[in-house]
Amino acid sequence: MTATPPKPYGLLAEFETAADIVRAAETVRDAGYRRWDAYTPCPIHGMDEAMGLRHSPVGWFTFIGGVLGFTTGMTGIWYMNDFNYPLAIGGKPLFSPIYAFPISYELTILFGAISAVLGMLILNRLPRLYHPLLKNKRFTRVTHDRFFIVIECDDPQYSEEKTRRLLESTGSTHLELVED
Amino acid sequence: MAAPHRVPTLAVPVPDPPAELARAPLVLNQRSFAWISDKIAGVAEGKTPLWWWVSFGISVCVMAMGFLMIGYQVSTGVGVWGLNKPVMWGWAIVNFVFWIGIGHAGTLISAILFLMRQRWRTAVNRAAEAMTIFAVMCAGIYPLIHIGRAWYFWYLIPIPNSNNVWPQFKSPLMWDVFAVSTYFTVSLMFWYMGLIPDLATMRDRSISRGRKFFYGLFALGWTGSNRQWSNYEMAYLLLAGLATPLVLSVHSVVSFDFAVAQVPGWHTTIFPPYFVAGAIFSGFGMVLTLLVPLRKLCHLEEVITGRHIELMCKVILATSCMVGYSYAMEWFIAYYSGNPYERYAFLNRVFGSYWWAGLTMYSCNVVLPQLFWFKKVRTNMILVFLLSITVNIGMWFERFVIVVVSLHRDFIPANWGYYKPTYVDVLTFVGTFGLFATLFLLFLRFVPLIAMAEVKSVVPQADPHQALGGARSDIAS
Repeated sequence: MTATPPKPYGLLAEFETAADIVRAAETVRDAGYRRWDAYTPCPIHGMDEAMGLRHSPVGWFTFIGGVLGFTTGMTGIWYMNDFNYPLAIGGKPLFSPIYAFPISYELTILFGAISAVLGMLILNRLPRLYHPLLKNKRFTRVTHDRFFIVIECDDPQYSEEKTRRLLESTGSTHLELVED
Repeated sequence: MAAPHRVPTLAVPVPDPPAELARAPLVLNQRSFAWISDKIAGVAEGKTPLWWWVSFGISVCVMAMGFLMIGYQVSTGVGVWGLNKPVMWGWAIVNFVFWIGIGHAGTLISAILFLMRQRWRTAVNRAAEAMTIFAVMCAGIYPLIHIGRAWYFWYLIPIPNSNNVWPQFKSPLMWDVFAVSTYFTVSLMFWYMGLIPDLATMRDRSISRGRKFFYGLFALGWTGSNRQWSNYEMAYLLLAGLATPLVLSVHSVVSFDFAVAQVPGWHTTIFPPYFVAGAIFSGFGMVLTLLVPLRKLCHLEEVITGRHIELMCKVILATSCMVGYSYAMEWFIAYYSGNPYERYAFLNRVFGSYWWAGLTMYSCNVVLPQLFWFKKVRTNMILVFLLSITVNIGMWFERFVIVVVSLHRDFIPANWGYYKPTYVDVLTFVGTFGLFATLFLLFLRFVPLIAMAEVKSVVPQADPHQALGGARSDIAS
């Protein structure tokens, strides 16, 4: 292994209340940082606006999945019961969208739901087996009762001193450099 | 560096809302975030209590007996059940519909109440969704063994095979295969997605390496970052939006199994909504049967409060009235249609040889739940528990009445018969309760039984504008 000192991942600031972190997030957003995030034990109302995030695009995954599911149902049943092996049952038409509807409906939901979950995982870059923050002792409380803001060192605006001063000014109770 | 977008602080102090408008807290005693995760995760972390071992031991034995019966049935044939002409659908189908129906309350709580912004659902949705998944697993067993040669079950799945024949999609039974398997898959995904943040909590709390590894594996590397929450909440909303039409369709499709047939008592258009209302009714019965003792045993009365139980009682009351309306409408249509077979089918429900089944169904589903009009009853946990059990019994008998009582006397009196279950029928049914209880107990032991992150999001601390540090404290300072 190389002997270079461990590269820092980012600057971690701890907050005690939801109101504090929302206000701090607004400050960081207005300072123009891009590679940063707020970490909370539960979703905080208004945080997306405070961070300046756009609307989540998961809906597109679901929409495409749903359309795909419905088409699969309709064309699949037509192919199986009319085209590939015509099954004449009780004098009913070989294919009708009426009888194919219940299954197409279920498949719309099935494919839509699967793509919603997949879309969420893809957009969140999950599953992820390693994350520098998860090594940090203090950060384990993020899933318990504490709120954190981390500004990554890769951010073009990042400077150890200025960023630290900015986070201090937001009223953080604890500041720490996280190793990668 | 200035903050131009900040919410303007109010110049005038906002008065507190009048007491009668204040909402009851969802978690009692102003508990903190830390208390919530300590309390809930503690149930799955601490020493396994004695009651757990005792009930787990019993459940596993009952489950083993059920699988023994299934093994006997599969190796011998469906003849070991009480099925005979004209009743070819007996307990197996009754139990299938019963268990599927149980599941519906879980999805109602997790999806429909979510869309309706019923914040109290957060305390009960995890356990109710788990109940759904386990109930659907119990339900799924019956059609598989009911087909007689269980090893041919894959004929139901459209896969290319050497016979070159596809399933026949005009049959509601095929629709059922898709509805139930979609229901199971979507419920499982919904449940698991809801679990991810809580598994991360369990990961971060665990002391032993093994626990850390397994919880960490299933938490998928969740960090609780807001960029993740944003996508997560959108996906959750979409899943709720998809699960709502799904849950309504599943029992509708199950009811098509009956409604599309010609048998008097089955061939009615009211079945889909009637089945869905009944399913939600029975499911809430089961939710209460599980949660009323659980909140006591796990000391969670501050999270699953009396108000939660009361609200669920009200859902039972409302759905009981819907079911009662459906019964009345069925009777009216039987009379008004002028169809003698239909009329006979309904008279036969109360005056025929299965009068006791009809009586149990009407009294448990329509009459007894009316007690929930009284607050005294809704707040008395023993009464709630007993009534929730009568709901389960009543709804089982409803399916018995629909399946068996309709079949045993249809068009031609020469075809009439009387159906009696055998011990194999009974013990298989009891066995599925063992399976259900075993799975549920394992769930309690390994996974937080209440959605911690969701409960946290509905307590005042999560609201940046609340008294504990929001706009209000701004005014004070």
